[in-house]
Amino acid sequence: MPQVLTGDGTKIWMLRDRKAQFTRWAAWMVGAIIFLWCWKQISDATTWFFVWDAPRIAGDIGGRAMPPRWEYIDKLWKPLWDTLNIATLGTFFALIMAVPVAFLAAKNTTPSALFIRPVALFIIVASRSINSLIWALLLVAILGPGIFAGMVAIAIRSVGFCAKLLYEAIEEIDLKQVEAITATGASRWQVMAYGIVPQILPAFAGIAVFRWDINIRESTVLGLVGAGGIGLQLKGSLDTLAWPQVSLIILVIFGTVIVSEWVSARVRGAII
Amino acid sequence: MSAPVEERILLDDLVGKGWRKPPFIKRGWLRWGLILGGLVYLVVALASMDVNWTRVYEGLDRGWQFVLAFTNPDFTSRAADIKEGMIESIIMSIAATVVGIALSIPVALGAARNIAPLPVYLVCRGIVAMSRALNEIIVAILLVAIFGFGPLAGFITLSFASIGFLAKLLAEDIEDLDRSQAEAVKATGASWMQWINYGVQPQVMPRLIGLSIYRLDINFRESAILGLVGAGGIGATLNTAFDRYEFDTAAAILLLIIVIVMALEYISGIVRGWVQ
Amino acid sequence: MLELRNLSKTYKTGDKALNDVTLDVPGGQVLALIGPSGAGKSTLIRCINRLVEPTGGSVVLDGTDVTRLGSSGLRRMRRRMGMIFQEYALVERLTVMENVLSGRLGYVGFWRSWARKYPQADVDEAYRLLDRVGLLAMADKRADELSGGQRQRVGIARALIQNPALLLVDEPTASLDPKTSRQIMRLICELCRERDLAAIINIHDVKLAQMFVQRVIGLTKGVVQFDGPPEGLSEDVLTRIYGEEDWKETIAKDDGGEEAA
Ligand SMILES: Nc1ncnc2c1ncn2[C@@H]1O[C@H](COP(=O)(O)OP(=O)(O)OP(=O)(O)O)[C@@H](O)[C@H]1O
Ligand SMILES: [Mg+2]
Repeated sequence: MPQVLTGDGTKIWMLRDRKAQFTRWAAWMVGAIIFLWCWKQISDATTWFFVWDAPRIAGDIGGRAMPPRWEYIDKLWKPLWDTLNIATLGTFFALIMAVPVAFLAAKNTTPSALFIRPVALFIIVASRSINSLIWALLLVAILGPGIFAGMVAIAIRSVGFCAKLLYEAIEEIDLKQVEAITATGASRWQVMAYGIVPQILPAFAGIAVFRWDINIRESTVLGLVGAGGIGLQLKGSLDTLAWPQVSLIILVIFGTVIVSEWVSARVRGAII
Repeated sequence: MSAPVEERILLDDLVGKGWRKPPFIKRGWLRWGLILGGLVYLVVALASMDVNWTRVYEGLDRGWQFVLAFTNPDFTSRAADIKEGMIESIIMSIAATVVGIALSIPVALGAARNIAPLPVYLVCRGIVAMSRALNEIIVAILLVAIFGFGPLAGFITLSFASIGFLAKLLAEDIEDLDRSQAEAVKATGASWMQWINYGVQPQVMPRLIGLSIYRLDINFRESAILGLVGAGGIGATLNTAFDRYEFDTAAAILLLIIVIVMALEYISGIVRGWVQ
Repeated sequence: MLELRNLSKTYKTGDKALNDVTLDVPGGQVLALIGPSGAGKSTLIRCINRLVEPTGGSVVLDGTDVTRLGSSGLRRMRRRMGMIFQEYALVERLTVMENVLSGRLGYVGFWRSWARKYPQADVDEAYRLLDRVGLLAMADKRADELSGGQRQRVGIARALIQNPALLLVDEPTASLDPKTSRQIMRLICELCRERDLAAIINIHDVKLAQMFVQRVIGLTKGVVQFDGPPEGLSEDVLTRIYGEEDWKETIAKDDGGEEAA
């Protein structure tokens, strides 16, 4: 507790001493200056004329988008099915790849903390750092447009996410149980199957459902770069300025996301 | 704990009989139904994938070139574009995180059932739900249509997304924060503002700081795609690079993103340790 | 049967946990290892089955030097040494039966164990052991649904199904109430007698040890301070092991009366 000695030697309590208080102020000032500078850059790059006009444009678009073109829904079932497949299969393959990566990355299971662990960690960071839309962009360039590229993009993006959560779960396991299995004379793989797998299985199931939910959201927009799913219809409608279709598609996406969130919450509740 | 006589299990009944692990799902029809359903789905979904394997085969070569490009990334040919895009991405993320935090605090207070009255609660929860359900890129498309091209649309998109993210987690935190401690402050006769300031803020603050840095990280990663729809940032440069098959430039940009994300994660680790 | 020769362990942190421990355990002998916290009791037990690698000396079981074995030899040797833990160390999310059967892992191939297809003889033995420890009705319960005493019984069954020659027991009663503690100690000692097993039991409760074992080893700072029959534990022996304290209440009188609460 910082205290200040007054002239006659009595102590006065203060929340922070002067130096700490000054540092705090300085930090706030620096933060404010950085923010203002950032804002100035954004503002300089903006054509303010358009912005002042924005309410009118927004009203205009809103007027044209309402009411949504309900009949168009018939054309959306197939893309919706594709979107579901992209997310589900992508999650499925991501999980298959994430398991070995997680075991190689966890401190207590990695075969070599010096050589293999950094590689596994790099795979995780690389996969996580790059948005699935960028992966999709890349994969469309490599594999050609279509839902296959979308699925691979989702899978690649999810590997890092799942592996990260999984290896954290592996690092938190109870080592006593592992030791007990080791002490029976079990082999390395048996120790894994009996000592480690049962302990991380609930975490694994939770991660799978959690990521599936996220992937549904992400796969709804992959079509914007040609990777299949309902995003493709969105892009088509935007390009032709078919606003009533756009509003319908956004409503459908909204509904899908809410349903997937509900499903994942239910499944998670059932597992745990 | 003695079982009733007729239920008592006798060793002689069990020895010589096989043993099987009790299944996770007890009801047989449900278990088999789920397994079968899962398999059928997998087959149908894979069949509907409709992969053009010759195209994929041709693509492998390009994929390999891309992997090679990572060993030899080209930072120089488009140095000016990369630099400008990166700076714009960083600026957008920082500004959006600051605004996101500032706006998420009132929304979080409103979305916490133990603090806010019902109408306010419903409105704030609505905002959170909207922001979470609408993908950033869709919001960005609409905002670009409204505000025109440029980082302003991206900045607003990221701010809006940050509000949903931060406010939801913060509201949950506030909802299960230590009641007695907050009530002790209220018991002293403090006003609502004082109550928030002394009873709620100290408990939520460390987590808010941790979450903010995490959100900065997410915003930066998201900012990389906003350029695809003209909302500013590095995405535009990246898109051009892919379109022209300039994999070495794309690799350079991706590497930069990875390095910055790693740095942010490192910093957030330090700050989190420092806050606690 | 088990011989420890100048066994030493120095941890990476520099802690000298064991210092030239030499010990002979004949077959069938139940031995209590007592000593203050940090004396190196757990380390000693773990060095025997090499959950902790000793840094010096040797462990010889039935003529084989355990410290020189390669990994597959070590696994075969570990089957001969059942281990029982203080916190039971059951795999919480597996059933009682799976936990017991996991004692056979050293004998069963990976895929069989993965598919839970153990030989019928193992399954029968598991049922017999569960019956012996009084948990037959719990066979298909999950381990985390059991009470502490029940878990320790499962731990005992898991160690015994290995068909070991030696039991390594690390504070079997430290997490149990006095009555259950006694029952567990009695069970372990009875089973050792039935199957002619040697056992090394780490234990803090001196009185409890005196009630059941034939020999007591006192360990202090990694050095054997006392080695003799339980009756030999006098007040000054305990002072030598644990340090100055009033030991009258701790030592069992002739008729082994009730423990002090
Ligand atoms: N993994 C380890 N790393 C470093 N030092 C250790 C480790 N395990 C034990 N030690 C040290 O070795 C010494 C002996 O520890 P040990 O666990 O064998 O004591 P113990 O007699 O079993 O004590 P207790 O009765 O408390 O269980 C202690 O000084 C301890 O600090
Ligand atoms: Mg110990």
